[in-house]
Amino acid sequence: MSERDVMEYDLVVVGAGPAGLSTAIRYKQLNPEATVCVLEKASEIGAHILSGAVMEPGYLDTLLPEWREHKPAICVAAQKDRFAWLTQTRAYRLPTPPQQKNHGNYIISLGSLCKWMAEKAEELEIDVFPGFAGATALFNDADEVIGVRCGDMGVNKAGEHGPAYAPGVDIHAKFTVLSEGCRGSISKQLIRKYQLDTGKSPQTYGLGFKELWQLPAGRTRPGTIQHTIGWPLDSKTYGGSFLYELDDDRVYIGFVTGLDYADPNFSPFEAFQQFKNHPINKKLLDGGEILSAGARTIVEGGLQSLPTMDMPGALLAGDSAGTINVTKIKGIHMAIGTGMLAAEHLSEAATTSGFDARWRASKLNAELHKVRNIRPGFNKGLWRGLLTAVIETVTLGKLPRTLQNHADHNSLTKLAEHSDPDYQWVERQLPPRDRLASVYFASNAHEEDQPVHLKVADTDLCISKCTVEYGNPCTRFCPAGVYEIVEDADGARRLQINSSNCVHCKACDIKDPYEQINWVTPEGGSGPNYQNL
Amino acid sequence: MKIIACVKRVIDYNVRVQINRDGDGVVTDGVKMSMNPFDEIAVEEGLRLKEKGVATELIAVSIGGSESQQQLRTALAMGADRAILVENDAPLIPLGAAHILLRIIEKEQPGLVILGKQAIDDDRNQTGQMLAALWGRPQATFASALEINGEKASVTREIDAGMETIEVDLPAVVTTDLRLNEPRFVKMPDIMKAKRKTLDVIAAASLDLPSIPNVVTSNFSPPPTREAGIKVESVEQLVDVMKTRGLI
Repeated sequence: MSERDVMEYDLVVVGAGPAGLSTAIRYKQLNPEATVCVLEKASEIGAHILSGAVMEPGYLDTLLPEWREHKPAICVAAQKDRFAWLTQTRAYRLPTPPQQKNHGNYIISLGSLCKWMAEKAEELEIDVFPGFAGATALFNDADEVIGVRCGDMGVNKAGEHGPAYAPGVDIHAKFTVLSEGCRGSISKQLIRKYQLDTGKSPQTYGLGFKELWQLPAGRTRPGTIQHTIGWPLDSKTYGGSFLYELDDDRVYIGFVTGLDYADPNFSPFEAFQQFKNHPINKKLLDGGEILSAGARTIVEGGLQSLPTMDMPGALLAGDSAGTINVTKIKGIHMAIGTGMLAAEHLSEAATTSGFDARWRASKLNAELHKVRNIRPGFNKGLWRGLLTAVIETVTLGKLPRTLQNHADHNSLTKLAEHSDPDYQWVERQLPPRDRLASVYFASNAHEEDQPVHLKVADTDLCISKCTVEYGNPCTRFCPAGVYEIVEDADGARRLQINSSNCVHCKACDIKDPYEQINWVTPEGGSGPNYQNL
Repeated sequence: MKIIACVKRVIDYNVRVQINRDGDGVVTDGVKMSMNPFDEIAVEEGLRLKEKGVATELIAVSIGGSESQQQLRTALAMGADRAILVENDAPLIPLGAAHILLRIIEKEQPGLVILGKQAIDDDRNQTGQMLAALWGRPQATFASALEINGEKASVTREIDAGMETIEVDLPAVVTTDLRLNEPRFVKMPDIMKAKRKTLDVIAAASLDLPSIPNVVTSNFSPPPTREAGIKVESVEQLVDVMKTRGLI
């Protein structure tokens, strides 16, 4: 058996998204002699990145002004904004909320942007390691974070070392930055360990689906940005759609549902597919084909749910903490801005301590403060939410109140107290037929002979309690059909986890009503291979 | 003994390959590229022979654009000693590739050349065979086991009828099949070491190659889509449908 290697760095960054790459790049720009590495669990940079995405370019202009000459594979200047409320058959135009006006912004593939940023990082002699998952944090005797351990490779399903077994490297670093994105697995451990969420509102999330379509020629108006609310959700459920029209007859279409939905029988995947079948979309998509698809959770709690972002030896950056501006539907600029600020703090203060205070004194905080009450306003349904949004927008968030969020895992109604709402869903005709057909477009790949990376604490509870109380909602909220209740030959029911379908969205870790699903990193390089998402 | 392992940059096997809009090729923009999996097996086999003390040096060789350096770096991170890229952006058929490899062989004088049996992009399965013929040396294709005994190699081949073990005189060309070995995981410290290993870049034009007619694929099209089927309730209904459609 081989020894566990140890590598030393000044800065280790976990997760090569916009926050992590910005931290690494800014730190190296300020400290050219420093040693910096970035770990990424995807097989290549950008392959696990999924985002709308409309980007405010401000912070990127500051960090890497040359990006405008090297635009990512998908990059279309925003032209026209549309906002509408849908019923099953109609769309009613509403005035575009001022936060969602996109003049000067760009529709991009965040995956492609990250790939380019990673190349820039490598030019600065930052070591970027795709295919290596940061699995756990490492601590010293004083309980300070001193780095991360990468996941082992070549462990078989039973947990034994296979012939190609390679123990994961320990990376020791002066500073560790967690930029794993929404519900990062190390971030989750550390938020718990250092109680970074004490005194904060519970975190709340959304689950987003996205597809890239190639359409017959002449249907798109590149740069058009459309957001909708309403159908296929009922007015109690938070969520909405996006449709971004690209060049070369391509569109991004997606749908986000708040994971605080109450209906235990609700399927977020089905809601997205229903949305595609709305008359306004159907005539656009009909005859086209899906190029790429996937799903990812989004952290929606905003400022009041934002954990303390520093701890001894480590920082949280980007959506590992939850810096997205949900009202604007934009997180990339916040992630880049936060990453840059983290790097500036580390190089000036030479300690992680004080970063949270610095962030909260920055204009990043001010941006979230202004919109803090809008998302929780929707906890009382669509109409109350819109009213709150109008009030908060008009008053610029200056009212002396902060509405609180609620957790998502305990928002489901028990079956006994539940009656199915009438969503007025239709018989749909556009592909994909079901979740398995959809996962195909994520080009997902997990080595089959590896331990299941979705750790369910007590699978008996699924049958003895969950089936009765909630009807096993995991079989519906998972976008990839990972969870199945199967019946064995003797009639006994059990949970089957198809972990190789997992697209790493983390919805199960969030929404499971018993909080007994723990998402851990699978073997590095496993997971979806998103292209241009 | 020196070993050459040949490496081709191809679209990753997990990618859903799509035909481009002009229909004259496949989409490669923003698409994940990797080392041809059969070539990874070739590199791994070279490393194992080195670890057994049979080989003294393993050289990874690739032909392609400068991006192919990525795949050579992977081979170096796996453990190859040095790498050579023959830079060539023009389309290349297996015969052209074999001629280029022959030039490298003439210079390096390896005792063994290992290649993947085919590349997963065009699946041609010709380069190894053509190379052996041009070089005038024995070939052992579809290897699932390889043993070196002095001046000879004993190679177990996967053939239609099962397995066949042959003995060839070295130097020889061996092409790998899937079962030959399971390539190792690349380790992070080795990725760092690979950055410092020698990677020579040679222009194909500098190799004094014979002129070879090329083959250009002018059009790609997907297979026709199958029409949706219908569900029948019973055997009788199935028979009826088949009769009305004139199938029986």
